Amino acid sequence: MATAEKYVGGGVPRKEDPKLLTGQGQFLEGLTLPGMLHAALVRSPHGSARINSVDVSAAAAAEGVVAALSGADLADEWAAGLPMAWPVTDDIRIPDHWPVAQDVVRYVGDAVAVVVATSRNAALDAAELVEVDYEVLEAVVDVEAALADGAPRVHESFDDNKSYTWALTNGDVDAAFAKADVVVAERYTQPRLIPNAMEPRAVVAQSVPSTGDFTVWSTTQIPHVAKVLFALTLGIPEGQIRVIAPPDVGGGFGSKLNVYAEEALCIALARRLGKPVKWVAGRSEGYLATIHGRDQVQEIEIAATSDGKILGYRVHILAAMGAYLQLVAPGVPLLGAFLYCGCYGGEAYHFECTGVFTNTTPTDAYRGAGRPEATYAIERVIDALAREVGVDAAEIRRRNFLPAGDMVQSPGGLAFDSADYEPALDRALELLDYDGFRSDQAERRAGGGRRQTGVGFSSYVEICGLAPSQVLASLKYGAGGWDAATVRMLPTGKAEVVTGSSPHGQGHVTSWSQIAADALGIPYEDVTVLHGDTHVAPHGMNTYGSRSLAVAGVAVHNACGRVVDKARGLAAHLLEVAPEDLEYEAGTFSVKGVPDRTKSMPELAFAAWTAHSLPEDSEPGLEASCVYDPPNFTFPFGTHVAVVEVDTETGAVDLVRYIAVDDCGPVINPVIVDGQVHGGVAQGIAAALYEEATYAEDGTLETASMVNYLVPSAAEFPSFETDRTVTPSTSNPMGVKGIGEAGTIGSAPAVINAIVDALSHLGVTDVPMPASPERVWRAIRAAQGGEE
Amino acid sequence: MRIAARVNGLAWSGEVEPRLLLSDFLRSEVGLTGTHVGCEHGVCGACTVQLDGEPVRACLMFAVQVDGREVTTVEGLAEAQPGEAITVEDLHPVQRALHEAHGLQCGFCTPGILMTAEAFLRDNPTPSREEIREAVSGHLCRCTGYHNIVEGVARAAELLAADGPAAHDDDDR
Repeated sequence: MATAEKYVGGGVPRKEDPKLLTGQGQFLEGLTLPGMLHAALVRSPHGSARINSVDVSAAAAAEGVVAALSGADLADEWAAGLPMAWPVTDDIRIPDHWPVAQDVVRYVGDAVAVVVATSRNAALDAAELVEVDYEVLEAVVDVEAALADGAPRVHESFDDNKSYTWALTNGDVDAAFAKADVVVAERYTQPRLIPNAMEPRAVVAQSVPSTGDFTVWSTTQIPHVAKVLFALTLGIPEGQIRVIAPPDVGGGFGSKLNVYAEEALCIALARRLGKPVKWVAGRSEGYLATIHGRDQVQEIEIAATSDGKILGYRVHILAAMGAYLQLVAPGVPLLGAFLYCGCYGGEAYHFECTGVFTNTTPTDAYRGAGRPEATYAIERVIDALAREVGVDAAEIRRRNFLPAGDMVQSPGGLAFDSADYEPALDRALELLDYDGFRSDQAERRAGGGRRQTGVGFSSYVEICGLAPSQVLASLKYGAGGWDAATVRMLPTGKAEVVTGSSPHGQGHVTSWSQIAADALGIPYEDVTVLHGDTHVAPHGMNTYGSRSLAVAGVAVHNACGRVVDKARGLAAHLLEVAPEDLEYEAGTFSVKGVPDRTKSMPELAFAAWTAHSLPEDSEPGLEASCVYDPPNFTFPFGTHVAVVEVDTETGAVDLVRYIAVDDCGPVINPVIVDGQVHGGVAQGIAAALYEEATYAEDGTLETASMVNYLVPSAAEFPSFETDRTVTPSTSNPMGVKGIGEAGTIGSAPAVINAIVDALSHLGVTDVPMPASPERVWRAIRAAQGGEE
Repeated sequence: MRIAARVNGLAWSGEVEPRLLLSDFLRSEVGLTGTHVGCEHGVCGACTVQLDGEPVRACLMFAVQVDGREVTTVEGLAEAQPGEAITVEDLHPVQRALHEAHGLQCGFCTPGILMTAEAFLRDNPTPSREEIREAVSGHLCRCTGYHNIVEGVARAAELLAADGPAAHDDDDR
């Protein structure tokens, strides 16, 4: 397909922006329906407790209240519990997970009752009147404590708090360690993180009692997947549910990649009451009731030669699942399972992960999902190896990079689509002026001042665009890896693109318009992109795991190709030549050698619509669909560099430079790609320096508001320096890879490595995340023989 | 309680519950849903509006506190006449600059940032990047990493300067 790339590759300003800039965004909280009721939940204040009784009578009698219901009152609403779609092993323990708890609450925030009223305030007021009698039980909030003998059990029906153990071995690991000159063993903890999409979750469910039809608006990343799972959870025929992710969804980062209690509950309440029911999360409520991320303990050991060549890897991790298994939670560590060897070689690899129940908010996929954890471990431990064997941190990476090429076999077991790691490292070093930095650093150390400087590297490779579906089956993933697009030329010469992706800030409308406008040879403004409504876009696997461009975007590209193919047949028919006698460029077919005999795409769209004269065997209309199931994942990569200044007296860290050189293949919109990198990097830096959700021993979330869960502001970041190398993927015809999570995956280890580098002359080898001034100060004290 | 205020140049008067937050008042009573509620506890800044030209957090004020005063929301920022539809051509330089700089992604935090940035640039028409970072540090954005928000506000300062001081200073707020 010949295309003139007029829009692809250009920093076209986004189509999404004008309405968002003028207050015309169509976010769910602005949706009001006639007769709409509002739900408020009563949530457990205990980490673990038996429910003796729930008395809703006072709430039911309050002004404006239409219904007040306990978990027991609602028990008959569920055809199944809340879904978990990634049972990673045959013997995984999967607890019942009801939208409203019936006998036991297992985390602070577990729902015990719901009040429905004519206004949100009336519902919230009445929820205060619900009396719950609890028998408080001992809670366990830490993964290691949860596995100790005699630990309180989160689920009485299981013998202990283990959900599953999943393992992977490639090669002879013992032999690799036996012949090694050095073995470096490290232990890291991944703090629990709260995703913090700026728009809180919300849902509106509407029923039509006479037909049994439902419409559900939800701030979701996954309207199509949710439709299937709502049908199963509520026992509603799938064809009678329409799910709409509103035109504007205010961020997700994985937190809206789930099927939540409140969604099921609003549908059940709409069914029961025959009225539309709305629920909107408050921020602190969201902190309890929306998935968290990370919360792992990692042990990683690498075996190497004396010159720093890695021979083997041994990895053992404990991953908190929280109190229940949310949609894909058990699979999150598996997304990192193949990446604890990063972009490096070696002979043998062993990975083992145990999923652990704790009395905490359930975890699930948060931006990066498994890959930030893996990348952190390997990028930290390779620095430890560099120190052990006395090799420079940049050099040790270079020595261990997998060779450049296509389908490069990694010790983790996957074949990387297109690898070329050195140029990104080289470019990052050049932007940094590495030699200049080291001489500044040496000067500063010699000066002995309190502010010392350090540099940290992170050369990452990551996995996105989960595919193909057969491979996902081998990992026991409960869905496919495909996505869908329909491209339709309208009679007036405009085009409509229907996508299975469900954007929530990424700019798919802009990027898909660029792809279609170039392929169809029409102006960018003439492309409309429809998404997020299962009645409009019937097929989709939606938006998560940096899959949208590499799967759904490729489906758009392929569908455009099919439209052009069909248009060629029609053009040939109308021009009375053979299809192969036509040339296609920028939306115009012309007869070879007779350039003034042409048919343009708008002319053909109109001719296909009137259908007055069509080729034999051709149907009216000019549209085509594609369901694309890629042959492999895509593996974006890059090198990130952090430069920090550390006040050695207070432990305060200043991030002074951040350089990101990423390779996501050919770029559709460089401005959008930079934006994804900036935002991703900021979330990784936030994890490295500021953010951590903590629990008290009784299961109380201590960081239950934005006042004490430290989402950083602009004042905490430098401007970012970004650049790219371009190595096309072999996994799709466009050569594109995902970029939504790369920044988060690459950044945290670069920052911590930089802090350790700044303090290495003081003997510091580790600072835990988040590296608060106190933790840095303690690390310095400990290294110098003082008390921690 | 009965209140009378001007919202984006139009008079509003009526009864409100004393406990009604300014953010809820704007969204449900006045019907201006461009003011977003992100945290309801005064940290995220998404609900920022201008009260007599100065930025305030609408989730930390009651509707009754705006009695007799002028509220400007994101819907009032573009140059359209009060009550008229806003089009792309009407975008205020701060809005245009954020668009050009890709200073927004999901757009949920954007209205609040615009209201702060517009007031900030009135006070400081030629800010440094450092000053811009400080000025918008009362707003949380989870998408952009702030890089392009800072660039956007810097660009807005240029656009406003190019529009000439008259376009800016004759603002009678």
